[in-house]
Amino acid sequence: MSTRLSTGGRLIDRTKPMSYTFNGKRMKGFAGDTLASALLAGGQMMMGRSFKYHRPRGVVASGAEEPNALVGLGQGAAFEPNQRATTTELFDGLSATSQNHWPSLEFDVGAINNRLARFFPAGFYYKTFMFPRVAWKKLYEPIVRQSAGLGAVPKERDGDTYEHFYGFFDLVVVGGGISGLIAARAAGRAGLRVLLMEQTAHWGGRAPVDAAADGATVNDAPVDKLVEEIVADLATMPNVTTRLRMMAAGVYDHGYVLGYERLTDHAPEAPGPRHRLWRIRAGQIVTATGAIERPLSFAGNDIPGVMLASATRDYIVNYGVSPGDRVVVVTNNDDAYRTAIAVKKAGLDVPIIVDARAAGGGALAQAARDLGIRVENGRAIAKVHGKKQVEGVSICAQAGEGGVLEEIACDAVAMSGGWSPVVHLWSHCGGKLTWDEAQAHFRPDVHNSPKGDAGETFVTPAGAANGAMQLGDVIADAGEMAGRAIAALGGTVRAEPVTASAPDEVPMQPVWLMPQGAGPKLRMKAWLDYQNDVKVSDVQLAAREGYESVEHTKRYTTLGMATDQGKLSNINGLAILSDALGQPIPQTGTTTFRPPYTPISMGAIAGTARGAAFQPLRRTPMHSWHEENNAHWEPVGQWRRPYCYPRTGESHAEAVSREINQTRSSVGLLDASTLGKIIVKGPDAGRFLDMLYTNMMSTLKPGKCRYGLMCSENGFLIDDGVVARLDEETFLCHTTTGGAESIHAHMEEWLQTEWWDWKVYTANVTEQWAQIAVVGPKARAVLQTLSDDDLSAETLPFMAWKEVTLAGIKARVFRISFSGELSFEVAVPAGQGMALWLALLDAGAEHGIMPYGTEALHVMRAEKGFIMIGDETDGTVIPQDLNLHWALSKKKDDYLGKRAQQRSHMADPNRWKLVGLETLDGSVLPDGAYAVAEGVNENGQKRTQGRVTSTYHSPTLNRGIAMGLVLHGPDRMGEVLEFPGTDGTVSKARIVDPVFYDKDGEKQNV
Amino acid sequence: MRRYSAWAVAREATRYHEGWERAWRAPEPKKRYDVVIVGAGGHGLATAYYLGKNHGITNVAVIEKGWLGGGNTGRNTTIIRSNYLQDSSAAIYEKARSLYETMSQDLNYNVMFSPRGVIMLAQTEHEVRGYQRTAHANALQGVSTEFISPQRVKELVPIIDISGPRYPVLGGLWQARGGTARHDAVAWGYARACSDMGMDIIQKCEVTGIRQEGGRVTGVGTTKGAIDCGKLGIVVAGHSGHLAEMAGFRLPLESVALQALVSEPIKPCMDVVVMANTVHGYMSQSDKGEMVIGGGTDAFNNYTQRGSFHHIEETVRALIETFPMISRLKMLRQWGGIVDVTGDRSPILSKTPVEGVFINSGWGTGGFKAIPGSGFGFAELMAKGYSPLTAEFGLNRFAEGRFVDESVAAGVAH
Amino acid sequence: MLILECPYCGVKAEETEFHAGGEAHIKRFGPGSSDADFEGYLFNRENPKGVHFERWRHANGCGKWFHVVRCTMTLEVFGSYSAQVSEPPQEIRDAITAKRPGWCWRDFA
Repeated sequence: MSTRLSTGGRLIDRTKPMSYTFNGKRMKGFAGDTLASALLAGGQMMMGRSFKYHRPRGVVASGAEEPNALVGLGQGAAFEPNQRATTTELFDGLSATSQNHWPSLEFDVGAINNRLARFFPAGFYYKTFMFPRVAWKKLYEPIVRQSAGLGAVPKERDGDTYEHFYGFFDLVVVGGGISGLIAARAAGRAGLRVLLMEQTAHWGGRAPVDAAADGATVNDAPVDKLVEEIVADLATMPNVTTRLRMMAAGVYDHGYVLGYERLTDHAPEAPGPRHRLWRIRAGQIVTATGAIERPLSFAGNDIPGVMLASATRDYIVNYGVSPGDRVVVVTNNDDAYRTAIAVKKAGLDVPIIVDARAAGGGALAQAARDLGIRVENGRAIAKVHGKKQVEGVSICAQAGEGGVLEEIACDAVAMSGGWSPVVHLWSHCGGKLTWDEAQAHFRPDVHNSPKGDAGETFVTPAGAANGAMQLGDVIADAGEMAGRAIAALGGTVRAEPVTASAPDEVPMQPVWLMPQGAGPKLRMKAWLDYQNDVKVSDVQLAAREGYESVEHTKRYTTLGMATDQGKLSNINGLAILSDALGQPIPQTGTTTFRPPYTPISMGAIAGTARGAAFQPLRRTPMHSWHEENNAHWEPVGQWRRPYCYPRTGESHAEAVSREINQTRSSVGLLDASTLGKIIVKGPDAGRFLDMLYTNMMSTLKPGKCRYGLMCSENGFLIDDGVVARLDEETFLCHTTTGGAESIHAHMEEWLQTEWWDWKVYTANVTEQWAQIAVVGPKARAVLQTLSDDDLSAETLPFMAWKEVTLAGIKARVFRISFSGELSFEVAVPAGQGMALWLALLDAGAEHGIMPYGTEALHVMRAEKGFIMIGDETDGTVIPQDLNLHWALSKKKDDYLGKRAQQRSHMADPNRWKLVGLETLDGSVLPDGAYAVAEGVNENGQKRTQGRVTSTYHSPTLNRGIAMGLVLHGPDRMGEVLEFPGTDGTVSKARIVDPVFYDKDGEKQNV
Repeated sequence: MRRYSAWAVAREATRYHEGWERAWRAPEPKKRYDVVIVGAGGHGLATAYYLGKNHGITNVAVIEKGWLGGGNTGRNTTIIRSNYLQDSSAAIYEKARSLYETMSQDLNYNVMFSPRGVIMLAQTEHEVRGYQRTAHANALQGVSTEFISPQRVKELVPIIDISGPRYPVLGGLWQARGGTARHDAVAWGYARACSDMGMDIIQKCEVTGIRQEGGRVTGVGTTKGAIDCGKLGIVVAGHSGHLAEMAGFRLPLESVALQALVSEPIKPCMDVVVMANTVHGYMSQSDKGEMVIGGGTDAFNNYTQRGSFHHIEETVRALIETFPMISRLKMLRQWGGIVDVTGDRSPILSKTPVEGVFINSGWGTGGFKAIPGSGFGFAELMAKGYSPLTAEFGLNRFAEGRFVDESVAAGVAH
Repeated sequence: MLILECPYCGVKAEETEFHAGGEAHIKRFGPGSSDADFEGYLFNRENPKGVHFERWRHANGCGKWFHVVRCTMTLEVFGSYSAQVSEPPQEIRDAITAKRPGWCWRDFA
């Protein structure tokens, strides 16, 4: 049983005990523990259940690669599923729950899957669950989903905050082990701006742990000393930024690095954001990301108590935790001997070291023997005994089929299948790998590196991440590779004499299956991917069935698709696949490495953009008045516009009717400030607008306004609005609210990229002006009370504009109308919008003046048969469809969209055309309804002959009115069409003129 | 072909599953085929399958430069729906959706079609009107959809926040028989069925040239030698322009990266697919428990299968706004696929200027859901020279100005 | 995540400052042009695997449109230059040749 040792633990502080709960049980640990080390110290070896078979699982690793020990962390608004116990720092009051079991971790009904495992090989679900057809949705899938899944579902809105940071550095060093520290110091001394990040809470990485076992020294001093020295050096360099608890999540094109800093995961009571996402641009990146140990594939290698040799060592050296009293070590390399030595030095027993190599190990093996440890070469583990805890192992010959030579009782197994460099970041952005035959791993192929914007290498691997596995080599490689990155940045490197003294190691020997000739029974119990329950037999099955590509095998078996993304399993899996296919491993290749390196919180990705800050909110100068006066808002792009202003007890429809009736009978006000306003100025401004608008703008006289249409070059109507000529060289183009930015961009695009020799400037002044429409028969009377200027029809006729002073404010008044009423659109500098608004309300009080919202605006324009961009148009409509031929200049040779409109389909007389629609019973036609025609088309769909584009209840006419596009519509006045609803009803409507109100336009022209 | 069934699995279990045969053969190419399909993704394999099943044409090779199903078939977010606005789109997507219903049984391969329902959220008045229009159109197209209330949305998706401060949910377009399927299985199931019909699926074989005589195709050059054919179908997604160039014509296509991501798996919490076009995000939960999230496309040409991270940020931001609880989930993996996008963002299923050469491409962000319908229609087009399903998707539409524009209904990738 | 250099500002900036605008050096065909020319102008695109000429706008910067030459396979950028020219300047062509000898794109080489 695992327990806390009485001494040792370089990372824990025994003077600071901490208490936490696991599945509700109160437990103890120390400051510096991870949750995994604290659980082990408390005798809790079993920490979870596997995904598919619900097998009992213990912790197998000590870092980011852990596949088994996943917990639900925290409660309520701070709950987080799938947290790795190995990377969770213990804090006082931590609460964790194990996952994927019911009713309890100890007794899990889902473990029935384990009994039936033989019937659930890889991909069994592709071959079953097909009959009867409805059963997948109703029966099988719910069972599959419930038994799969993993963590519990967070229930509450996230109680934490997150933030983003930008970082710009010459060199980013990823990894705070020996290599990263050496690289960062060299770059710091070269005067570069450096960021060094380490994902754990400690500098130094593995080297100090290894040194604790083998006595290695650097510059004749303990390795810990060098770490301290460099960290102290870095702290004195103002050009070097260092961060613990920060991981490089991904490397993206052109030197973009995504950093993930966990600020308060270890101290939830601390103020500030929980996570910080760094968006970093780096000139060069050094990946000193170390290596990850591989498991060995033998039967029962997933039973709690079987652990990576390196993890076993970490728990003893770093946390003073023993994984068991009797630890069997099984290996194919020298490194695992360090574990045996560490176990022995901690006063625990190592009954045997099982070395699969016939020739055995080197100096470290001798050191182990000298400690009295029994070492057997050419041996293997045939099988591990135990269910929820290791009880013993059967030993056999590695070369054989598993005939048991000996049974050995033990409560822990430390395994090592060799080491794989962490090549993820190298690979994210196109770095290629090369197979290192001697060390049986993929390492970066530095001749095929990720390339930056200038085609330069921008990622350099260093140390173990580059395949250097022994301390001396690691230090030498880190120095050399850092030098390359620094030189690429134009820096110079001073030689740093660092000499290591560590035991020499003899070569490892690849062992992909243990024993080599293991039969099907053993292979079915030899795990590759722990979390997803993929075994050696599954990969072999995939190969047998023709899923030969490594991607096929991955997807068929789910190998490497769990939350650890195959950090432990991928190399072992593709070795098994290669063997099954009879091809060398490099020919099989790897699956693609994708960001993030380990999972990062969605909250961090979103950053501060939540709730009210989700998107910027644009406010008109009168926004606060609308808010205070109970506006019901309608989002329009990033603006909000008042839809209507309901009064107490009033429905929205009633409010809209009231607003329209008031406006039509007396006077109303509209905040029209969101309308786009673009200044187009210069000697060629008229010529330019003639190309942009379908009608002629160059002939417009200063002081006059003209309604214009804009089409895309593809012929479709994209925007409309009134153009006012301010002076000979200056036009003011009004656009729709949604069009302000896009139309301005459209203008600039044509000006800059096609007609760049034309002398024209544009400026989007939308937000510089507040614009208020004063609308209704009393509009002039209201305005006149605020002005001494003449606003009569003679001096300011319809479709003219002039500058006047209103309530002491200089204003532009445009006599334009989108309602059919006498209407003045008044523009004043934005800062004076509210003052004018209030003055108008005051001046109009005697006429009962009130504001109206967007819905009243829509209804009134529909009563007049005016089109609305986005209603009558949808990106597929051309002006000809809307009978707007009058706005298509015949005099111009060219305008944007003209050529397009000459194409056969656009010139087709059978295009649907705009008409008015009036229901026979006065009801409102359903929005978006289609008019049906006879029969069905060749795909069996009901034929149609038109559709509703706008439909409203008109309070003015007290009936439903609508506009629509209908086949040959204008030629079919009076015909009745049928519009089926979605509820089985059919509405009948007559084709009529789209102008329902004041057909001759007398009201607006007074 | 040995049939798959629970019984077969049980029988093989007694032999440690060592008796299973290959799902598809691995043949060397013959000298000549009646039809060569280039591209063994979902669309190419489905085309071959329906050439055999519906038209009796089985002397067919499907050649693939990588491995079958290795392109966008295995990189999408697996959504299946047919609630399209335009008749021609609705026809082919609904055909596809209905074929998905029985695909597992037809192919004897469980593709796990899960008709769990798809909601497209309406979060502006404009969207409300747009989806009401789509619902009306769908009713006449024989596509079963309905416009539902915010309360019904909340019932279907308990984890949603319908009162979001910026974009409250105003309703939704609900297609109860939309859903998801296991993407890889679609390619594998078709491959197995095609192989069983005697068709040759030739992987790791790249086309190096297209041979023609008198304006008519006669065969292809490949890295495994020359192969003669009577007809040639080009079904290669992001590489269409490259193949078209070999045949001597150009396409109205550009290739861009589309991104997606998944969270770590959690227990079932969302039983339907939700698409939120205003805030640009969509999400479903896989059978494994991962939240599968679709992101946006880059606006620049790109063949790297990597996208820009700011799209991921935008998508996640939007989804947290709609589903606050996902803030505490973690992103497990993000990836990109290369999609080819046409001028009207609708696909091309068409004859070409070279007689006997047909092209199926331009599916943009919506290809997976169309696979069986696309194969069904494209096979008919190749076999008979005409298919009502593909009639509106010809190359000639760009010259005529006759577009199939769905951006009216959905402005977001799917 | 691209970094591009705006030839007007002379700054290298984040992709998010820019707006991509599709293929560069497209000749406009207006009224009087053939259907084929007009279709080619609006829709047919090079979409190359390799060297590509494209338009970008410094949308969240100086607002200027400019041209970028970029490899679509590696995203390497060979240079950027004014949008107000009808063909790439010689130094840009030389810069491409230095990295991709023998390149060609439409009629440029």
